[in-house]
Amino acid sequence: MTALSDAVVDSATMLRRNLRRMLRYPSMTLLLAGIPVVILLLFVYVFGGTLGAGLGAPGGGRGAYVDYVTPGILMMTVAAVVQGTAISVAMDMTRGIIARFRTMAISRASVLIGHVLGSLIQAVLSMGVVLGVALLIGFRPNADAVEWVAATGLLVMVALALIWLAVALGLASESVETASNLPQPLVFLPFFGSGFVPTESMPTGLRWFAEYQPFTPVIETLRGLLLGTPIGNSAILAVAWCAGIALVGFVWAMALFSREPRA
Amino acid sequence: MATLAATGPAPAIAATGLRKAYGKQVVLDGIDLTVAAGTVFALLGPNGAGKTTTVRILATLLAADGGEARVCGHDLAREPGAVRAGIGVTGQFSAVDDLLSGRENLILMADLHHLGRREGRRRAADLLDRFDLTESGDRMTATYSGGMRRRLDLAMTLVGDPRVIFLDEPTAGLDPRSRRTMWRIVRDLVGGGVTVFLTTQYLEEADQLADRIAVLDQGKVVAEGTADELKRRIPGGHVRLRFADAAGLQAAARALAGASRDDEALALLVPTDGGVRSLKALLDRLDEASIVVEDLSVHTPDLDDVFLALTGPGNERGPGNERKDRAR
Repeated sequence: MTALSDAVVDSATMLRRNLRRMLRYPSMTLLLAGIPVVILLLFVYVFGGTLGAGLGAPGGGRGAYVDYVTPGILMMTVAAVVQGTAISVAMDMTRGIIARFRTMAISRASVLIGHVLGSLIQAVLSMGVVLGVALLIGFRPNADAVEWVAATGLLVMVALALIWLAVALGLASESVETASNLPQPLVFLPFFGSGFVPTESMPTGLRWFAEYQPFTPVIETLRGLLLGTPIGNSAILAVAWCAGIALVGFVWAMALFSREPRA
Repeated sequence: MATLAATGPAPAIAATGLRKAYGKQVVLDGIDLTVAAGTVFALLGPNGAGKTTTVRILATLLAADGGEARVCGHDLAREPGAVRAGIGVTGQFSAVDDLLSGRENLILMADLHHLGRREGRRRAADLLDRFDLTESGDRMTATYSGGMRRRLDLAMTLVGDPRVIFLDEPTAGLDPRSRRTMWRIVRDLVGGGVTVFLTTQYLEEADQLADRIAVLDQGKVVAEGTADELKRRIPGGHVRLRFADAAGLQAAARALAGASRDDEALALLVPTDGGVRSLKALLDRLDEASIVVEDLSVHTPDLDDVFLALTGPGNERGPGNERKDRAR
């Protein structure tokens, strides 16, 4: 077998291992997917009436706010899932089994690729749950098939980029606790962007940050694809951010993984 | 490709001048090791001697700072992939996946060795059976006892039919029964033709299993040979006699030439081979001289003695030994 097909086979094996581990330890998966759902319900039912009215959209109110907030909640979902990625990577690195993998004639990258693919599946499922809940409580996208495909593609890209970053963070962590804390800011990032309220309503300094942080173009692009708001140059910025984060995460993770293990 | 000028069968492991340092702390200070194929080699040493570092280097986990080594006929630095294909490693810390069952752990290994679904399942079942794990094979390994985890760990190492197996302190923390089971397994392995490189803190373990033993101390091999060769270098055992008063000690010291006194503890150390015959002769002599002994203990050589003898400044029953006795 060639090196490439070895890597594919080994990655598939590692993916099976990670999926099985997720099934055996479902509490973390459920908890991480549950947080965005709780935030969604909280913002729609507690703050939604007022915030929706503030949007100034025709029809306003709670219904308009579900539409507005769902793309931001989807970003939060990805951020929550990658927190789990960092934790499970760090857990793996502190266990003896990683030394076993390193002494076997297997594709080294497969250990990390197994984590990445497992987390990607988890992210897609979690986003599916969040989207389902959003639709139930009144999210009404007007996207056509092409726009849905594009939106899904963008969400997968964001997920992949953040997952590679989280893998690197998990590898860089000395302990599982650190790994659980490092990606935490990502979960809050949608708040400091256009996720929950328009950036125009923020004070100058914060608005500057909110407009230029990576989640905002992604959220704006999602909104454009699903709800038909203007996208402008957000799509290009979103793709560029994803590619950049994925590249940094990937290179950093591979460098950390091939570094000599701490004795 | 291999152009070794060695005659006879190539050794399973051949290392020369291995060095490893972390900053200023030298962990391995140029060690040479040769392990013939199909034998058991034990690396004996206290905590921090560099045993685990040696295993990690030979198993491709760490790069040596200096020296070179060939394992399974392949150079560690240049062909780590080929080395990995021929070795199996069971480390000090359990390398099983807690969230998988024993069987799933073994099938994971089989998949990583590309054995195919049917063959992988067959081999997993075989190994569970061979290591007495069939009953618990479908339970999550988080519920396993220490001995069971260690057996599963070794079973996982064997899935790929390695030719050289590294066992880093395979019985540390095991109860005596599990330890004996482990020894039996190691003997069976060697019977099957594989080479075993093990580290241990226990002289008895090295004695039981190893064809050759190297004693590692502070990153240096301080002695190497068969168990018998090493034992000849260890000071003999002794009988420790304790007396009620100084007079008793005085009388006994006069009666038993060649014994060394410990006035502080009112004790006398008499060299002996530890046999019943020499013990009886010693007691007879004390009896003849009507000396009352308060307490008697027989001290057989242990790893401490090996170290004190091999690394201490003196030899025979040196000051190190007495210091140790007094500390008891």
